[in-house]
Amino acid sequence: MLSSRLVRVGACLAKELYRGKFVSMFRSGYIQRPHYKHLHNLQSSTRVCPDTIIQRYRYLSTTPTTNASEEGSEEKEMISVTFVDKDGEENHIKVPIGMSMLEAAHQNDIELEGACEGSLACSTCHVIVMDMEYYNKLEEPADEENDMLDLAFGLTETSRLGCQVIAKPELDGIRLAIPAATRNFAVDGYVPKPH
Amino acid sequence: MNFRKMAIFQAREWLRRSFSTVYSHPFCVCIVGSGPAGFYTAEKILKRHQGAQVDIIDRLPTPFGLVRSGVAPDHPETKIVINQFSRVAHHDRCSFFGNVTLGSSISLSELRYLYHVVVLAYGAESDRSLGIPGENLTGIHSAREFVWWYNGHPDCKNLDPDLKSTDTAVILGQGNVALDAARILLRPTKELATTDIAEHALAALEKSTIRKVYLVGRRGPAQSACTAKELREVLGISHVDVHIQASDLHKTMADEEEMKNNRIQRRVYELLSKATTITPSNAGSGQRELHFVFFRKPDCFLESDDKSGCVSGINFEKTVLKSVGPGRQIAVGTGQFEDLRCGMVLKSIGYKSVPVHGLPFDHQKGVVLNIRGRVLSDASGDPTLYEEGLYVCGWLKRGPTGIIATNLYCAEETVASISEDLEQGVFTTSSSLPKPGTEGLLQLLYNRNVRVVPFIGWENIDSEEKKLGSLRNKPREKLTTWDELLEATLK
Ligand SMILES: Cc1cc2nc3c(=O)[nH]c(=O)nc-3n(C[C@H](O)[C@H](O)[C@H](O)COP(=O)(O)OP(=O)(O)OC[C@H]3O[C@@H](n4cnc5c(N)ncnc54)[C@H](O)[C@@H]3O)c2cc1C
Ligand SMILES: NC(=O)c1ccc[n+]([C@@H]2O[C@H](COP(=O)([O-])OP(=O)(O)OC[C@H]3O[C@@H](n4cnc5c(N)ncnc54)[C@H](OP(=O)(O)O)[C@@H]3O)[C@@H](O)[C@H]2O)c1
Repeated sequence: MLSSRLVRVGACLAKELYRGKFVSMFRSGYIQRPHYKHLHNLQSSTRVCPDTIIQRYRYLSTTPTTNASEEGSEEKEMISVTFVDKDGEENHIKVPIGMSMLEAAHQNDIELEGACEGSLACSTCHVIVMDMEYYNKLEEPADEENDMLDLAFGLTETSRLGCQVIAKPELDGIRLAIPAATRNFAVDGYVPKPH
Repeated sequence: MNFRKMAIFQAREWLRRSFSTVYSHPFCVCIVGSGPAGFYTAEKILKRHQGAQVDIIDRLPTPFGLVRSGVAPDHPETKIVINQFSRVAHHDRCSFFGNVTLGSSISLSELRYLYHVVVLAYGAESDRSLGIPGENLTGIHSAREFVWWYNGHPDCKNLDPDLKSTDTAVILGQGNVALDAARILLRPTKELATTDIAEHALAALEKSTIRKVYLVGRRGPAQSACTAKELREVLGISHVDVHIQASDLHKTMADEEEMKNNRIQRRVYELLSKATTITPSNAGSGQRELHFVFFRKPDCFLESDDKSGCVSGINFEKTVLKSVGPGRQIAVGTGQFEDLRCGMVLKSIGYKSVPVHGLPFDHQKGVVLNIRGRVLSDASGDPTLYEEGLYVCGWLKRGPTGIIATNLYCAEETVASISEDLEQGVFTTSSSLPKPGTEGLLQLLYNRNVRVVPFIGWENIDSEEKKLGSLRNKPREKLTTWDELLEATLK
């Protein structure tokens, strides 16, 4: 018992030891590892989708823009999406039809939280559709999405959950803002002044 | 020299060398509490400060705070955030040390000596009290204990609430915790059987005789503290008739005003009114009942005549709402009273944080005195009176409200304060000097015979629980005693 504990503490220390070295060696030019690289792999298996938005668009196949995929071998239908981050910086990405904006953001290392990984149990992937015109091209949010939007920080009239916005041809060119953290979070689902 | 001493010696050597490089020594941060506030803080510090080493301590051998011991067993999707927290724990510059209690394993002043920055994120592990006669009668529990019990927290395994001597339970409060508790009491146990609910709770619920649950609020349906998702869920439990008095749904001008600015309240009110119009099915025996009771504040608990020391009901005072400023109404008593008979009471009126020695604490609000996460030495709010290197986040900082994501923004604010202080050299004297950090912590805990549980120890518990769960068609079977938990860490 005692000896196994010693080994454990020892192992901990050994881990720390390695870190001490790591920190001192790399401090000057530490390259940040992408945080969410592997997240998207979980998406499709864990998504519990009470409404049918996803199913509905996953199999849609009209052709807006057809971009050659990076490998150049297959032709994949992609739409252009722009994410505008908290600091106003723009990220232009191509998103395959059928993919959620949450998945797309994570595949492109765009910082969009996704605490429940797209299972409609949180509001952290909240995005604001920047043009009303595009917002209107989306299906109405289901009750379940609205329940989560209730709790989103900095809710606006064109707010949606990134996991529920699925790429479809009509959305080519959509711009999505990632809301800046609001200062007033002392209450559940702080909502700014109504519009 | 034994292995451990050697390891310490080598660690010291590495640290010494890293201090002597042209780069500054590691920025040593200790976070107390591994709930959402702790993990979000860790994630943000690691990202912002490439030279930071972040240690997270928790009094339990298991991490994740209320995500494990609060979030309801039938809400597995909510717990998925554990994946994200686990990635943080695996970060090269992050360590988790479980089974380490601030206040008994180590004091606050010791931690502050060992680290440049200490962030307190140890939540709220006590309860608000009503302060009315009879509160200590048998059969009255705080919702916190009840929740810990069904979620297998090792401190409440033995709570053993009596669910077999009565058909009526009253839950005081109408927040989401109250709704969770009501759902667990009313939901068919076969639906709970495939969740990660603690086995002892499932067994007790299977034998429960409770058929009626009253959710009692001191204000009206326009002021309910719950949110739409939880309400929708409790209204939709199979084989449960929902009772709401239509007269309670009458909206005043002040209610309208309040709801106009609050989407949550508006949607909750709508759901409640819809539920009122659906007439109960009046199905015979076996049907369970959920009653929403508004405008009642508890005045005293009634003691049973035949079972001395046990609760047999609650005396309520009827209330009306009184405006106290724009969009805010409080409940005031009318002097009219009525009794409600019950054999079990859950007080779900809010959690409360507990102070540790040496911590400036606002006993009234039950939070640590702070401005944007910086701990204040006293209540005067004078910013020169900050406690150097001491910060707070989560329920301990804001009080016991908010969902998991709220702690993300809360952590953002606290970490911004830390970064500002670093940049402005607020704690130049101490931060320019190396601190013992992890090594010092482990040394001290070792000297005190504290059995530290590293993240791998939790991962052993995790696999054991999943293994046990798979035998019962559950996602996991929680280990619910300290002994079992500590034992499993070594596997
Ligand atoms: C019953 C219940 C259900 C909830 N359900 C949901 C939900 O479904 N969805 C949602 O979004 N939010 C939910 N919440 C809210 C959410 O859980 C909280 O917002 C969040 O957990 C608060 O985070 P925290 O880190 O401040 O505290 P906690 O999660 O409580 O974490 C505190 C940690 O500190 C540790 N600790 C305590 N004392 C010490 C000490 N002295 N030394 C060392 N460690 C210590 C504890 O063991 C714990 O791990 C729920 C809350 C409750 C009470
Ligand atoms: N699924 C989820 O998202 C989920 C689940 C559980 C918890 N949570 C969150 O966790 C937080 C804590 O939940 P909670 O339910 O403990 O707290 P809460 O939402 O603050 O609700 C507390 C309830 O107790 C009542 N109350 C307080 N003091 C009282 C008194 N002296 N007498 C009578 N009634 C009193 C309040 O009524 P008044 O309004 O009149 O004060 C309110 O109804 C909340 O933010 C909640 O949203 C979320």
